[in-house]
Amino acid sequence: MANKSTENGGVWIFAEQRDAGLSKASLQLLGAGRELADILGVELTAILLGDNVADQAIELVYHGADRVLLGDAPVLRGYRTQPYTEVIVDQILEYRPEILLAAATSVGRDLIPRIARRLSTGCCADCTGLSIDTERRLLVQEKPAFGDNLVATMVTPGHRPQMATVRPGVMKSLSRDNTRKGEVVPVQVDIEEKNVITRILKTVKESRKGVPLEEADVIVSGGRGLGGPEGFKMLEELATLLGGVTGATSIAVDAGWVPPDLKIGQTGKTVRPGLYFACGISGAIQHLVGIQESKVICAINKDPKAPIFNISDYGIVGDIYQVVPMLIKEMECAKKAVHT
Amino acid sequence: MNIIVCIKQVPNVSKVKIDPITGTLIREGVDGIINPNDKNAIEEALVLREKHGGEVTAITMGPPQAEEALREALAMGADKAILLCDRAFAGSDTLATSCTLSTAIKKSGRFDLIICGTEATDGMTAHIGPQVAECLQLPQVTYTRKVEVDGNVLRAERKIEDGYELVETLLPALITVAREANEPRIAPIDGIMEAFEMEIVVWHAGDLDVDKDQIGLAGSPTQIIKSAPAVLKRGEGQILSGPVNEQVTALIKKLSERQLI
Repeated sequence: MANKSTENGGVWIFAEQRDAGLSKASLQLLGAGRELADILGVELTAILLGDNVADQAIELVYHGADRVLLGDAPVLRGYRTQPYTEVIVDQILEYRPEILLAAATSVGRDLIPRIARRLSTGCCADCTGLSIDTERRLLVQEKPAFGDNLVATMVTPGHRPQMATVRPGVMKSLSRDNTRKGEVVPVQVDIEEKNVITRILKTVKESRKGVPLEEADVIVSGGRGLGGPEGFKMLEELATLLGGVTGATSIAVDAGWVPPDLKIGQTGKTVRPGLYFACGISGAIQHLVGIQESKVICAINKDPKAPIFNISDYGIVGDIYQVVPMLIKEMECAKKAVHT
Repeated sequence: MNIIVCIKQVPNVSKVKIDPITGTLIREGVDGIINPNDKNAIEEALVLREKHGGEVTAITMGPPQAEEALREALAMGADKAILLCDRAFAGSDTLATSCTLSTAIKKSGRFDLIICGTEATDGMTAHIGPQVAECLQLPQVTYTRKVEVDGNVLRAERKIEDGYELVETLLPALITVAREANEPRIAPIDGIMEAFEMEIVVWHAGDLDVDKDQIGLAGSPTQIIKSAPAVLKRGEGQILSGPVNEQVTALIKKLSERQLI
């Protein structure tokens, strides 16, 4: 919508759900949204669409929303561009939010630019930082550009809502508080299935078992130094002992040593584990931007000058094929000691 | 099938240098290349043309130098190329770009399918596909691979976080292709030679049915107010010393003290 006017609809977030429930990224968005709404002195609304998802609406309140717009209808079962765009645009035109955020997921990056185009407003993709310029009452968006070499700071001064997709893993969710109060407002959905031109014929899961990388608390990751796929077996062993999962750099993935869903970094995932082991990883910026939110980074690399040592909390200069088996052995002994 | 492929010429980001003072790109000496993901789009179009016949038209909005990207698309096998070139297009964000591209696509004639790369390596927005689809009121399928066309039905696998969806829609439609969708062919030598002889249609702002306030800087709701080299937010820690086995023991002790293991 051209021409800024007094939008009172506050800060909105689009909440994503799948069969297992609300996505972690959506809860992170509520955390970010809550902060922005508080600075602006406005309400935080979550918009949730799906089929039979009413019981997830109150969870959004417990995680920070003042209000939930709930579109619950069979035609909204499973994300499709056309019905989701229509419902959300209708609600935006009715309530006029200042800001609309979504996670930069396969859904968010399909949906948000379409809505922005329909409303002729500005949209920033895959933001890694959000703040408010209180003087100009503007959302200030930081996002990576030029292959993650640059950070661009962007604003949408004259159009509303200010829209952005946010990189998952960058924001922090609030802890669940089941005493939080908020209202759930049902949204009328008048779209007929026969008018929706796209169908989802089937959904196929391809991921490995265990916690997704973005939610893992411990990650043991491998890069070029592994030299091949075999080394990942010992990384898996170490990960299992530490109660975590494995990850990889784009070098290892592009070489075909591990499947693409292990990729961490610029063209992969952003992670924020408590513990990140970087094994045979030199530390190119494209990888580092994906791990810098980790609480503690341990690096093992043959090269004492490897850039990874500039950001690791603990570093061991050595051969991963020597060091990792030692770590495994000591962890195994330690576990045995605990159990005797 | 008449297929339109939207491409973009981008600086080679792996060779990019940032001016530490202004925080902007140093473009001198950095080549322009076809956005790598757009090569996947061209390849997808060529494969569909091989199966179904028809014509592939590559289109780009850019400065005169962007003609190089179109020549490469022609060399790979595209039949036609259109360059949208005008100072009035400068400073466009994705909203303005999508308007310009869509207007030109409408002008170019009847089409069955528009194919875009998912994302360009410079802006990294992944907006153009969905926004062009919206301008032209087309169904969109993003992150596709294994695209099939059967009459006026399009079927594709759409990559999602933990797997994929098999999606079906009707033509005319717009798809964006994932990097893993295919292995783009290398332009053959005779393709390159031929490409230099082919005519590239050039349209300026005046050739398109757009208002001044929909294009370029004027048509761009978003503004870049600052640009800086990416800086990592952590400081250095400690590199352990001593015999390796002692380092390992020390590390485990520290992590255990911090309750991380």
